[in-house]
Amino acid sequence: MSMQVTIHEASALLREKKISSVELTREYLGRIEQVEPKVKAMVTVTGESALERAQKADETIAAGNGSPLTGIPIAIKDVICTRGVRTTCSAKMLENFVPPYDAAVMEKLNACGAVMVGKTNMDEFAMGSSTENSALFVTHNPWDLDRVPGGSSGGSAVAVAAGEAVCALGSDTGGSIRQPAGFCSVVGLKPTYGRVSRYGLVAFASSLDQIGPLTQDVTDCALMMNTIAGDDKRDSTSVPEPVPDYTKCLKADLKGMRLGVPKEYYVEGMQPEVAAAMKAAHKKLEELGAELEEMSLPHTPYALAVYYIIAPSEASANLARYDGVKYGYSYPGDSMWESMEKTRGNGFGPEVKRRIMLGTYALSAGYYDAWYVKAQRVRTLIRREFDAAFEKYDALITPTSPTVPFKIGEKTDDPLAMYLSDVCTLPINIAGVPGISVPAGFADGLPIGMQVIGKHFGEETIMRVAHAYEQATEWHKRRAEI
Amino acid sequence: MKLSREEVLHIARLARVALTEEEITRFSEQLSNLLENFEVLQQVDTTDVPPTAQSVALQSIMREDEVSASLPPEDILANAPQREKDCFKVRAVLE
Repeated sequence: MSMQVTIHEASALLREKKISSVELTREYLGRIEQVEPKVKAMVTVTGESALERAQKADETIAAGNGSPLTGIPIAIKDVICTRGVRTTCSAKMLENFVPPYDAAVMEKLNACGAVMVGKTNMDEFAMGSSTENSALFVTHNPWDLDRVPGGSSGGSAVAVAAGEAVCALGSDTGGSIRQPAGFCSVVGLKPTYGRVSRYGLVAFASSLDQIGPLTQDVTDCALMMNTIAGDDKRDSTSVPEPVPDYTKCLKADLKGMRLGVPKEYYVEGMQPEVAAAMKAAHKKLEELGAELEEMSLPHTPYALAVYYIIAPSEASANLARYDGVKYGYSYPGDSMWESMEKTRGNGFGPEVKRRIMLGTYALSAGYYDAWYVKAQRVRTLIRREFDAAFEKYDALITPTSPTVPFKIGEKTDDPLAMYLSDVCTLPINIAGVPGISVPAGFADGLPIGMQVIGKHFGEETIMRVAHAYEQATEWHKRRAEI
Repeated sequence: MKLSREEVLHIARLARVALTEEEITRFSEQLSNLLENFEVLQQVDTTDVPPTAQSVALQSIMREDEVSASLPPEDILANAPQREKDCFKVRAVLE
């Protein structure tokens, strides 16, 4: 077992000169070499450039400068553009794509001296809930190698859970950070829509996508948010709200907090062990001083349909850019149309094609009002329901997923069954509010996650709830043995 | 809700995606099944409910029209499947 430290622990060690960033980075690169054959979380390992960056970070720290992320080994989901480093989206379409620029979040991480050790595997173009839709290879859950790590940010969740990186970035369109965080027993935050710049994030569904951190604890989550949050001229949907110091909201108790428990998240198809873990979590939150109350979000059952109309519709438009001309896979056909259709036919995997087809249908003449606009209207009702709930409650408590991680291959032939594994996380993206998943127990050694949902720009509140719960429990200290 | 083979081919053409015979059959079944499940939306009363395109109430964000540096052509063309001099090479559009 190599060293496995949090950002705040590693940062203290670096500042006290107990370890150098180069040594720390070597430790993590060694760990990657050791566990990667089992978990397969990484598409690209950037060992050489990581050591160069670590060297620079050591100089920064020696000069008394830097931030808590300086010199910290981090893994980046392969949907975030990294200048000069292949960014595949785990897609055949982008297998050889090397971005000529950095995403806004990468500029920020690089500026503070974070050390990228690799790019992580994901469901192709972030479409999926298990990382099985990667066109490259399947990633394994470190808690049980026969099971999925969740998705689509499965590689990032595994990198943190298996100790291949101190922390990671993911992206979340319908649960893609929180669900794998729950499945791998790490912390994952989907920030408010517009809180983090999407510049340089390969687009899936632009009204739902957000970048966020995957970390070993909530303190680390706050530290990462301090670095990546903020508006950006190049993303006109990023919001010019001031960025607080998120670590300041982390308190040990929840006195005076009102937490809602939406009953629609605790029914159909929920595994009994998850229900039991949630019951215990509710009790713990009450012990910490919070007041819990069952409440209702009656439009929740429609969220799945709303999501799977809106997300594929936006995806079908966003993915129209892959035409084999400017970058990416290209089929050399005899005519322009043949080239384009075969490029897209061969270059996209089954789930991506399924969603492009679904979205194209929902947007097509004669169906646009009945499907797409209807879904957008129901979206309004879901959003209003959350707005009303946050008039009364500081945060809402739900399971992150209705089940523990499922077996690899179990749901690949049934798209609807796969889609249902995100049933607790989808509504949060529809409403644009923030949600965090925090480790909340185990069933036969398999992780269970608890989701805390807040109002728009309520990240501080949900981190406070997640942190108080985390500190009062031991779940986040358990490590997968691999 | 049943999508016919013709409808699947029509959508595939709109999306410019070549499908194999096997995919046509599979997508026809799977998309029909999904749409059937999504029909629950029609039960929701949305009279006088406006559509939401963006969840955080942001109005149009404007910025100054400032001149700034673009990426070097060489960096952009480095990813081109086919190029000729400083251009992307494409198939004839008009024949």
